[in-house]
Amino acid sequence: MTLQSRHLLGLEGVSREEITLILDTSESFKEILQRPIPKVPTLRGKTVVNLFFEPSTRTRISFELAEKRLTADTVNFTTSSSSVKKGETLKDTIRNIEAMNIDMVVVRHSAAGTPLFLTRCVDAAVINAGDGMHEHPTQALLDMLTIRERIGKIAGLKVALIGDIAHSRVAGSNIRGLLTMGAEVMLCGPKTLMPMFVERFGVHVTFHLEEALEWADCLNVLRIQLERQDKGLFPSIREYHKLYGITLERLEQAKRDVVILHPGPINRGVELDSDVADSDYSVILNQVTNGVAVRMAVLYLLSGGNPSIE
Amino acid sequence: MKPIDQLLIRNVEIMDLVGRQREKADVVICGDRIDKIGQVDFETFAGQIIDATDHLLLPGLIDMHVHLREPGREDEETIESGCAAAMAGGFTGVCPMPNTEPCCDNQEVVRFIKKHAETQLVDVLPIAAITKGRAGNEITEMVDLARSGAVAFSDDGSPVRNNAVMRRAMEYAGMVDMLIIDHCEDADLAAEGHMNEGEMSTRLGVAGIPNAAEEIQVARDISLARLTGCRVHIAHISARESVELVRRAKQEGVPISCEVTPHHLLFCEQDLVDYDTNLKMNPPLRSAQDIAALEDGLKDGTIDVIASDHAPHSVEEKDVEFAAAPFGVIGLETILGVVLHQIVDRQVLSMEEALYRLSIAPRRLLKLPVPQIHAGEPANFSLIKPKDTWIVDVKKTRSRSRNSPYDGMTLRGVVTAVVNKGLIWQPNF
Ligand SMILES: [Zn+2]
Repeated sequence: MTLQSRHLLGLEGVSREEITLILDTSESFKEILQRPIPKVPTLRGKTVVNLFFEPSTRTRISFELAEKRLTADTVNFTTSSSSVKKGETLKDTIRNIEAMNIDMVVVRHSAAGTPLFLTRCVDAAVINAGDGMHEHPTQALLDMLTIRERIGKIAGLKVALIGDIAHSRVAGSNIRGLLTMGAEVMLCGPKTLMPMFVERFGVHVTFHLEEALEWADCLNVLRIQLERQDKGLFPSIREYHKLYGITLERLEQAKRDVVILHPGPINRGVELDSDVADSDYSVILNQVTNGVAVRMAVLYLLSGGNPSIE
Repeated sequence: MKPIDQLLIRNVEIMDLVGRQREKADVVICGDRIDKIGQVDFETFAGQIIDATDHLLLPGLIDMHVHLREPGREDEETIESGCAAAMAGGFTGVCPMPNTEPCCDNQEVVRFIKKHAETQLVDVLPIAAITKGRAGNEITEMVDLARSGAVAFSDDGSPVRNNAVMRRAMEYAGMVDMLIIDHCEDADLAAEGHMNEGEMSTRLGVAGIPNAAEEIQVARDISLARLTGCRVHIAHISARESVELVRRAKQEGVPISCEVTPHHLLFCEQDLVDYDTNLKMNPPLRSAQDIAALEDGLKDGTIDVIASDHAPHSVEEKDVEFAAAPFGVIGLETILGVVLHQIVDRQVLSMEEALYRLSIAPRRLLKLPVPQIHAGEPANFSLIKPKDTWIVDVKKTRSRSRNSPYDGMTLRGVVTAVVNKGLIWQPNF
């Protein structure tokens, strides 16, 4: 079995079988990562460019490591400005880069739809590493891998996403992926950070953390962008923490074996208290490890290379 | 485009959009006037003859909402290229919005536009700014602007935010019975939105512009029109709530009117699934419910006019990531075809009612003379073959820009000639 699309633009339209394939493949790579020499020649001779138009050390490093573990040649193109300087369009930039014989492009951009736009500009396979408020598929895949690893399944689980849903591409991909895999999803956060009509996706929506805590098997606590407060989307960090911050005390209302995820980096003491982040509930470090494995799997499956991993 | 000496249009069906009658006749044009309507012996006629069997002759169409980009962005459109697109679309008149560089907020720019359009077949009737620099603070010299040829006032694109300024503008324009045209958008609610706010914007992860952003300003304008008695026209109405507000205000007798664009009738937010920047416009494409309300508004006369909001943008500006692309699409060449194909064929309006909104209604709102198809009257008309279809090919557009969402679409109604100011344009000459 292979993936339907040459690109990974999001989890919208990606089937249960495909997600399962990616997760299974990730597990094989995870094994490789535990070896003394955690490297395979799978992508030898292939060149991957990491095109980051938004600062993101973590995701970029995770992709870069995945590429290096697969023996790909990697090129990093990082610019903090979301739109390329006047005179050169994004299309020019990507075409110039492709002229250097690129096989795959990993892209992060503040504008939703940019990865799709790039597929129209170049022949290389495009992997979305986060586009605006749209999707961040590899993050959702690594979240699902982490959940599956910890609990043994995804179907039938109750997963609550907590926090700024409206601006979160992590939520965008998690909602799609989890529903496809047969999980139930609840979104919890203030109404000002809840996207319009999101209930039409087939998710539960609550503004009350207690409800989510009592209900969920897993809590995926999203990072709150502190600049949202400047825009008046919530009144204060203090009240945010009071209403939606996950504390050990509040976890008494949750299921005993509740699993806590966070895409990082954590605002400790805001959305998540330190003692929770470092507790046994937390699988946050597993997420980081799984991130590399999932990205290796995605790169490998999209490269259309040799079906055997080694 | 060439001057008319003697022209005979044979066997044409004349559509009287005011009297709602159709009549088959021969029409003789002498210079810039209609010389005769009736039976003419073509064999002895000395002049150009057009056999117009199966053609309709309409009072010249006028598009009261276009952007011609000159002065300032001649790479995107000029008065000349805009007029070429207008003729190809069957129009004998266009009203360019003032958001040029420099902005049309003074007599100098009005005169510049009029002068550059002098030799054109198309009447170019500039709309001047409501406020200086379209900055929303100080009203322009409206009386002088009207005297130098401005036909209405609008800060289209950057709506007047300050209610008191808008009130003064309406009071002042009202003195000379000029129309105020408002692009209704609450800047705070629209904020950084790039498409309609709804399920689709959530799905695409794109910041949305709610219907309420338009509705609130429509309500404001209705209140001020009631207060001042000034005639106010809502540009490119898009939200169902706005249509309902205008409907009720009209019933009450408030001097309010509005226009709709073909793209707001034809496309909806779902069509943005591939982030097509040629479907990015402001106001944004709304939902199917909004389209239904716009159609109802056309049917019951709440919506007075159909206008293109022809907004040329360069390929470089549009062929970018969605959030970076400017709002707007071109539409002068396609509006008639879309109206016949979508509005008439889908029985939203009869042909007469649809064409009325592209010709008579806008002229009445702008207090412009309505072309009469009678002997002795100025010849200002369009000839179309209403049953013929054509396929839009954006590469062949007369506009300098190519940002059309209709590329490849089959439309109905082929323009065969436009006549105005003693000039005739035919597509193949
Ligand atoms: Zn406008």
